[in-house]
Amino acid sequence: MKIPYYPGCTLNTFAKGFDSSARQSAQTLGFELSELKQWNCCGAAFPLTPDNVMGLTAPAKVLANASKDGAEVMTLCSVCYNVLKRTNKVIRDHRERRRVINGFIEEDYDGSLSVIHYLEVLRDKIGFDKVTAAVKRPLKGVKTACYYGCMLLRPFEDMGIDKAEAPVIFEDLMKSLGAEPVEFPNKIECCGAHLAMNNEDVVTRLSGNVMKSAVGMGADIIVTSCPLCQYNLEKSQARVEAETPGYKGVPIVYFTQLLGYALGQDVEGLGFGESKWDARELLKGKVTA
Amino acid sequence: MPRIGVFVCQCGNNIAATVDTKKVAGEMSKLPGVVYTCDYKFMCSSPGQEMLRNAIKDNKLDSIIVSACSPHMHEKTFRKAAEAAGLNPYKCEITNIREQCSWVHHDSTKKAGTIKSIDLTRMTIERLKKNKPLKKIKIPVKKRGLVIGGGIAGIQAALDMADGGIEVVLVEKEPSIGGNMARLSETFPTMDCSQCILTPKMVEAELHENITLYTYSEIVKVEGYIGNFRVQIRKKARYVNEDLCTGCGECIEKCPFKTESAFEMGLAKRKVIYTPFPQSVPNIPVRDAPNCPKIQKDKCGACALVCGPKCIDFKQVDKIVTEEFGAIVVATGYQLMPNERFGEYGYGRIKDVINGMQFERLASSSGPTGGEIRRPSDGRVPQSVVFIQCVGSRDEKKGVSYCSKVCCMYTAKHTMLYSHKVHGGQSYVFYMDIRSGGKRYEEFVRRAIERDGAMYLRGRVSRVYEKDGKVVVQGADTLSGSQVEIEADMVVLATAIVSRDGADSLAQKLGIGCDKYKFYNEYHPKLRPVETVTAGIFLAGTCMGPMDIPDSVAQGSAAASKALALFSASEMTREPITALVNKTTCNACWDCVIACPYSAIEKDGVKNRQGTVVRRLAKVNDGVCQGCGVCVAACRSKSIDLAGYTDEQVFAAINAF
Repeated sequence: MKIPYYPGCTLNTFAKGFDSSARQSAQTLGFELSELKQWNCCGAAFPLTPDNVMGLTAPAKVLANASKDGAEVMTLCSVCYNVLKRTNKVIRDHRERRRVINGFIEEDYDGSLSVIHYLEVLRDKIGFDKVTAAVKRPLKGVKTACYYGCMLLRPFEDMGIDKAEAPVIFEDLMKSLGAEPVEFPNKIECCGAHLAMNNEDVVTRLSGNVMKSAVGMGADIIVTSCPLCQYNLEKSQARVEAETPGYKGVPIVYFTQLLGYALGQDVEGLGFGESKWDARELLKGKVTA
Repeated sequence: MPRIGVFVCQCGNNIAATVDTKKVAGEMSKLPGVVYTCDYKFMCSSPGQEMLRNAIKDNKLDSIIVSACSPHMHEKTFRKAAEAAGLNPYKCEITNIREQCSWVHHDSTKKAGTIKSIDLTRMTIERLKKNKPLKKIKIPVKKRGLVIGGGIAGIQAALDMADGGIEVVLVEKEPSIGGNMARLSETFPTMDCSQCILTPKMVEAELHENITLYTYSEIVKVEGYIGNFRVQIRKKARYVNEDLCTGCGECIEKCPFKTESAFEMGLAKRKVIYTPFPQSVPNIPVRDAPNCPKIQKDKCGACALVCGPKCIDFKQVDKIVTEEFGAIVVATGYQLMPNERFGEYGYGRIKDVINGMQFERLASSSGPTGGEIRRPSDGRVPQSVVFIQCVGSRDEKKGVSYCSKVCCMYTAKHTMLYSHKVHGGQSYVFYMDIRSGGKRYEEFVRRAIERDGAMYLRGRVSRVYEKDGKVVVQGADTLSGSQVEIEADMVVLATAIVSRDGADSLAQKLGIGCDKYKFYNEYHPKLRPVETVTAGIFLAGTCMGPMDIPDSVAQGSAAASKALALFSASEMTREPITALVNKTTCNACWDCVIACPYSAIEKDGVKNRQGTVVRRLAKVNDGVCQGCGVCVAACRSKSIDLAGYTDEQVFAAINAF
């Protein structure tokens, strides 16, 4: 099974491990991520004003190109997923905006593509039971905090990947890998997002709340599907550690990295990156296989 | 030659400002057949009506036209006046020169308005010339009432009708009457015990000589029309012979199997043969067949062994009875919106997050905890409770757009009950607005806040989660502009009131309308609040929308009084504007039968002297026909006409334009 794949910019730069671990895991599970022949940045933010059609042209171009490669397009990055899926809906549902956008990008795209996430492929096309069957290194005893953030789920009427206020898709995946997901209250709270650029204090506070709440509930590791969440959390963690008595940092990784690890892939190929809180040590200590 | 009178009304300045009424009257007098014309300031006033009556008599008029306001306003008035002067009321017609003429013209020279009024009146004159005298339709009325739903509204309606001397059948889906009110602990604003005021009414309904209770029963089919409904009712199998059972309760005692109690909202177990609650009316147990091993696997049967009067019947099956009624009162009540859809509050995941009705059961002295407030997870007495209001109500996105009306009051009541039962306990209420309109309601809420120390926080809750045996509530206090986090022992959700499952299918059976939330529509929201568009079917209580007990009871009584008015005569009269089938040309294609939205047309036959059917033809039931005219349009052989609006009349009017 070949699935058209839109990696997005971050997965080519900061989050290479996200990309490589996802590709390898796909191979083990019997499907292939076939990168779009031509793609550009998704725009990285869905415009909040309905008449900002210019803001939709970049994602529309991605979608128009993707529609030439197949009937669906898959992404990994939560932000890309959010922007592409919502833009696609606008193009599909609003005739007038569709006309203007197509005029700008010189395409004739109608919004018929279906935008899916890697997690949906695992859940709906492969099935978590098949994932379990392919696991070589069960993540037994690894207490994972599944951090959804905002972009994967909201607005829920547009995204529809899972229940917005009580999602389970991450936890279900982690269970299928043998890990123990821990419930923590901030799992769908914001990390601070783009405020990383101009207001670090807010990001540290919000990301800190997420990490403190996860670790407070006993998590060994935090998994995410969003490069921006991963960046914000990891970047804030040193300060949170210094400012919060009793807080001890944990690794912050992409779900595909744990997936690849559980599927028995070479640890070094999963792109865990150099961090003070190294997931490899934790996994080595916990998982014996 | 007809002798027509034309009366043009000035309606003060409403018509006269843009229509020259004198000129209209003058023009009309030139038309053939018109023998009398006049204009007057207020035709509907009593001198106006008297003038009209005298003019009919003095000029020996045989038909009249009043050019005035919409026929909706005063057609009845003028037809009555005409009748008093000896005319057939259907020889009086109204021309609408107000809503459809003077009010839409602003020309002070009165030119356009006058021309149009003349045209309209002339059209009506030509139409009137073809009018035939019609006779009001008389329909016999079966003096029996059906009440669907045995909650407080239905019980009240049944009692009032029965007290009026009418035989009533009260149908209830559950094994006992009482409805949601039977679940409540105390009632606002007087704090009298719900069961203490309800159970006497339940018993009264059971013992009333004019009331027959059909509990554990459902409506299957409704046919007929006002005064003459035929209703099929399914009496579901209780597996207990109702005639023999004495209600001793031995079978319940001995039954070794337990399952979740729906009456206790999942907070307690009940036996597989059971009555929903100790004061059930009738006090006859019912078997939960899907959970009964005797029914499913032919094992056990302990109930039959201990039953003294031998009334246990494992072979009982559903029975369908057909009965006739003159009027139906629908009082099917409400249910709560499923809380699980609000993931942020953790209902269903966190045991100590419950809904308001579950709190009622905890506070009820006949409830699973005997009236002590104990939380479901570990049975501890909660030292702090957070109440969250508007869960689903006033939330267009995830819930319903309307206000559930009673939650502000019952939450205030809950905080009071809690503070009375748990001394030193602290309650918190997250609210959007406090809506306490009603007699002594605002005082009641103030009492909860001022005397019983409920902490009211104006804001919404963003998240509820469990931590170390506590339920942590995160929310906003918009009055102080701060975020609050409360570590509570229990959380109570004031969940939206929604219509019952199956409310729409019952509406279909009855032929009544419902809104997008499946609450039944009243005929007119202000002036006909307990009637439906289907004559003879009335509404009461929360099947129409959220309301409290006093309102439900008032509506039960109101619906009963409407039914009693219908029953006051042995026959009722109806407007004769109904479809007429031309028996010689009807070729029985049945297009009209398909087209009729009221199922008023039957397939009839013409018999010869030997009694064999020689021809088929359509027959209109005058009792059901609403005179909408759809069949007239559908009829391919032009064999149907509408009395009072015949093709001949309509074309005469058009030709006169």
